[in-house]
Amino acid sequence: MARKSFPILKQLIQQCTNRSFSSTASPRAVTLIPGDGVGPLVTDAVEQVMKAMKAPVYFDRYEVRGDMKCMPEEVMDSIKKNKVCLKGGLMTPVGGGVSSLNVQMRKELDLYASIVHCFTLPGLPTRHNDVDIVVIRENTEGEYAGLEHEVVPGVVESLKVITKYCSERIAKFAFEYADVNKRKKVTAVHKANIMKLADGLFLESCREVAAKYPEIQYEEIIVDNCCMQLVSKPEQFDVMVTPNLYGNLIANTTAGLAGGTGVMPGGNVGTDQAVFEQGASAGNVGNEKILKLKKANPVALLLSSAMMLRHLEFPSFADRLETAVRRVIAEGKFRTKDVGGDSTTQEVVDAIIAAVD
Amino acid sequence: MEAMHAPVYFERYDVHGDMKSMPPEVMDSIRKNKVCLKGGLKTPVGGGVSSLNVQLRKELDLYASLVHCFNLKGLPTRHENVDIVVIRENTEGEYSGLEHEVVPGVVESLKVMTKFCSERIAKYAFEYAYLNNRKVVTAVHKANIMKLADGLFLESCREVASKYPGIKYNEIIVDNCCMQLVSKPEQFDVMVTPNLYGNLVANTAAGIAGGTGVMPGGNVGADHAVFEQGASAGNVGNEKILEQKKANPVALFLSSAMMLRHLQFPSFADRLETSVKRVIAEGKYMTKDLGGVSTTQEVTDAVIANLK
Repeated sequence: MARKSFPILKQLIQQCTNRSFSSTASPRAVTLIPGDGVGPLVTDAVEQVMKAMKAPVYFDRYEVRGDMKCMPEEVMDSIKKNKVCLKGGLMTPVGGGVSSLNVQMRKELDLYASIVHCFTLPGLPTRHNDVDIVVIRENTEGEYAGLEHEVVPGVVESLKVITKYCSERIAKFAFEYADVNKRKKVTAVHKANIMKLADGLFLESCREVAAKYPEIQYEEIIVDNCCMQLVSKPEQFDVMVTPNLYGNLIANTTAGLAGGTGVMPGGNVGTDQAVFEQGASAGNVGNEKILKLKKANPVALLLSSAMMLRHLEFPSFADRLETAVRRVIAEGKFRTKDVGGDSTTQEVVDAIIAAVD
Repeated sequence: MEAMHAPVYFERYDVHGDMKSMPPEVMDSIRKNKVCLKGGLKTPVGGGVSSLNVQLRKELDLYASLVHCFNLKGLPTRHENVDIVVIRENTEGEYSGLEHEVVPGVVESLKVMTKFCSERIAKYAFEYAYLNNRKVVTAVHKANIMKLADGLFLESCREVASKYPGIKYNEIIVDNCCMQLVSKPEQFDVMVTPNLYGNLVANTAAGIAGGTGVMPGGNVGADHAVFEQGASAGNVGNEKILEQKKANPVALFLSSAMMLRHLQFPSFADRLETSVKRVIAEGKYMTKDLGGVSTTQEVTDAVIANLK
């Protein structure tokens, strides 16, 4: 598995700044799912910036709403054909009988690794400095198996499933990522003192893979201590590999520490396909106030689309996009509400387009 | 306690974290006295020994875990105005301990939620908020993914909330909650959560308010109460701290003040809390986790000296 996913990893993450950009690069098709809530607002931002940069991608748009029963077939086919997708956001209804489309998508395409890269951006005021954490989260099993049933009225059992297969491949992904990106440390997050078999299995897999990467430091940390350390000394963490639920919470906590979910990029990667979206959404997709005022932060999706450009092997476009975004943030004049300013989405987009050279 | 001439006397029992189960005489003693103060029990990672902490809570049915996280004057933190009480369901949820290996390499772990437990923790939370003049109760959940399990929890919270119209009630998804905790913790007041989220939220809140070394907490049941450090973050077994005797006693001091209040000795509780707060505000005697270099004994002596 690791051998097969290596080329995708390499493209996905490496900064190949020496590669020259050819103006005759054939455009790649990318499936675009604006989604609902603030999704269309931010994907529109990406489309504008891509057009302004004359990036060699064109988007196959599909309308999907969070309350549909399942992902439409043509959308899934498109993603399988294009192999790359950019997603705005899909609002998952709380309770009720509709299963999450986000989770369904990840399972069907077997996007087993969720990467969230949280780092402090110069110009963005945060309480913590020197944060540069990549959270690699198992994306298909664990607590999100969706297997629940009511045993008797008033008693519900929810199954958390952990398998050696999935634990092993996420561990391999994490160490491969660390190796390819010259990261020094991988920390496994678990609660194996309470969930001995489940998280114990996860840890075993991590240890086995760690033995094959002797130059990368490997540590383990119990999840509650991890939360505490994150808020007091986040600089000690580098790459973190976690099962599904802990990964969700840690990614959101770390995103909050490093500047907010509005700016952190992320992606969901499988062996064949990759879906890029905002790193951690913290359930804000359906926030109606932001939607009405059109003040959603497009930065996270723009940085995620830069990740996507690297994945498609257009590194110079990716670099230009990231540089423009960082410049706008460092200047600090155009910022949306979640990072302390009061610009609208469009104003930030215009500033970034102006900053692209 | 001795220095304060507090009207309590202790019946000591030695228990190790790697024992197979709590000795029956200890359990009998707690049932008789109804109140217990616990230092810490190290739970081994993996292996076959089940956690004694969890076993203690289940046997005595200590269904509510309280952790009170607040800023202390003199303790520098990145977040201000933190005053959060995390009330966490303590007996079921992810900590039911029901795991099994289906086939080699595939493990199922059961998370159990019941209406009975969800209802009583919700009632406890609202009653606590009501008695302590708290204004907002926030339920933490992940019902968009775990619809039945956390959905049941939410239902119970909503039912109880309707009986306390004077207290504001809102709900927050746990990942958004983590994010909000690190950016705007002042928005939270009382938080009621199922077992696992409560553990993480309590530790995060303790971390932002000054560290697990100073936050008091207790485990409360219908008949008994066990007081211990609010959030331990797995540091009980930290050998470096043990060797140098630099463990922070503040959390347990404040927890024993909670215990004194529980035993209806409020004036002793007040004296103890005032003394502890004064020592921290002065900032001369602080253990390593708070940025100082004192030993446990030095901090203790300072607290005793400050008792009036």
